[in-house]
Amino acid sequence: MFRNFLVALSLAMVTGGGTATAADLSLRVEIPQLPVAEYHRPYVAIWIEGPDQTIAANLAVWYQVRGDHTKWLPDLRQWWRRGGRDLKVPVDGLTGATRPVGQQLLKFDAAQAPLASLKPGQYAVVVEAVREVGGREAVRVPFEWPIKKASSANAAGTKELGAVVLTLNP
Amino acid sequence: MKTSLVVALCALFIPAASQAARPWLLPSQTVLARSGGWVAVDAAMADDLFSVNQGAMPVDTLVVSGPDGQAVTAQNVTKSRSRSTFDLELRQAGTYRIAVAEDAVMARWEEDGKPKRWRGSAAEMATGIPAGAAKLEVEQTQRRVETFVSVGTPTELKPGAGAGIELAPIQHPNDLYARETAKFRFLLDGKAAKDLDVEVIAGGTRYRDSPGEMTFKTDKNGEVSITWPAAGMYWLEVSLQDEGATAPGVKKRRASYAGTFEVLTQ
Repeated sequence: MFRNFLVALSLAMVTGGGTATAADLSLRVEIPQLPVAEYHRPYVAIWIEGPDQTIAANLAVWYQVRGDHTKWLPDLRQWWRRGGRDLKVPVDGLTGATRPVGQQLLKFDAAQAPLASLKPGQYAVVVEAVREVGGREAVRVPFEWPIKKASSANAAGTKELGAVVLTLNP
Repeated sequence: MKTSLVVALCALFIPAASQAARPWLLPSQTVLARSGGWVAVDAAMADDLFSVNQGAMPVDTLVVSGPDGQAVTAQNVTKSRSRSTFDLELRQAGTYRIAVAEDAVMARWEEDGKPKRWRGSAAEMATGIPAGAAKLEVEQTQRRVETFVSVGTPTELKPGAGAGIELAPIQHPNDLYARETAKFRFLLDGKAAKDLDVEVIAGGTRYRDSPGEMTFKTDKNGEVSITWPAAGMYWLEVSLQDEGATAPGVKKRRASYAGTFEVLTQ
């Protein structure tokens, strides 16, 4: 309800010819509860993938920050291959600690880094998760840039990730 | 994810609340012709089976028993950063049991408000733990990591010491084939280990998105039937926590068994 109101409000501002930059991309990522004897929070990389599968923008990288556990980042196989290996972690505003089971919410302003430099085109948000003594999974949600109208798309993992919901607000 | 403490890798078998990495012995081969030969064994603690990418497993307590029950001396024993290695010259026909086992007591207590720790054998408890220690917690740990190699025809394995979890295989561990079912029997303190969870994972986990673990429960005779889906090296683990410590004055006990088994093609 409140979101609808916000959408309506931002639409009104845009159509009103104002200089509103309220456009945003928000993401809800579910880290599922798993019935395993030995559970460790997953390493997760979230990025925007271009049509040629390159990384157009990194959105989040969650790993075991305490102690030097960056040695396991290559286990995020896709992310590592597509550009994670070029990234010097930690990175302010990008890397952070692993997240617990539940819904993780992320929101990015379209007018600010890293989305501001995104060229018009077809993209996908990729969420990749890998867990110690567990498995690995990547989930993709395609979208078009720039945001033309309010929309929502989702995809779901089957093992290491739950639902991934992408919401675009123009 | 890989939160195993670095310290856990330096010392074998840290009985912390957190789980240490998976311990394993990996023989270069498990089947040798009757003339025998040399086998190289890696000993490591790493969650990726069987990648030497985490920590070495010390082999100070290594015991290799030959077909006649006599101990075989390991050669070229080296402890490197991510694995220990050793060679075995096996000339006598029959089955060799290669085991790294420990039976220790861990104690934690407080002294002048500071936490103290001690680890040693049951016999050393009296000298290691001060009398009347405050907030004393003691726990016995019985761990066993094993693998088997046979020269020529596999021979019957001698019974173990009867302490902790042991494997008393019905199907010989060097006579396992893809798509066949093998019956293994587990003993706890020499008696049938019933209702224990058994986990079996094929090697090569690094190349799979899912670990693909198979889980079993031992029946009233301590037995499980494992059908091997494909040829390869497999890692098996059984563990338990109970109040069956055998060290004097100790109740809590953690026991575990980890074995490496080679399954051959049909």
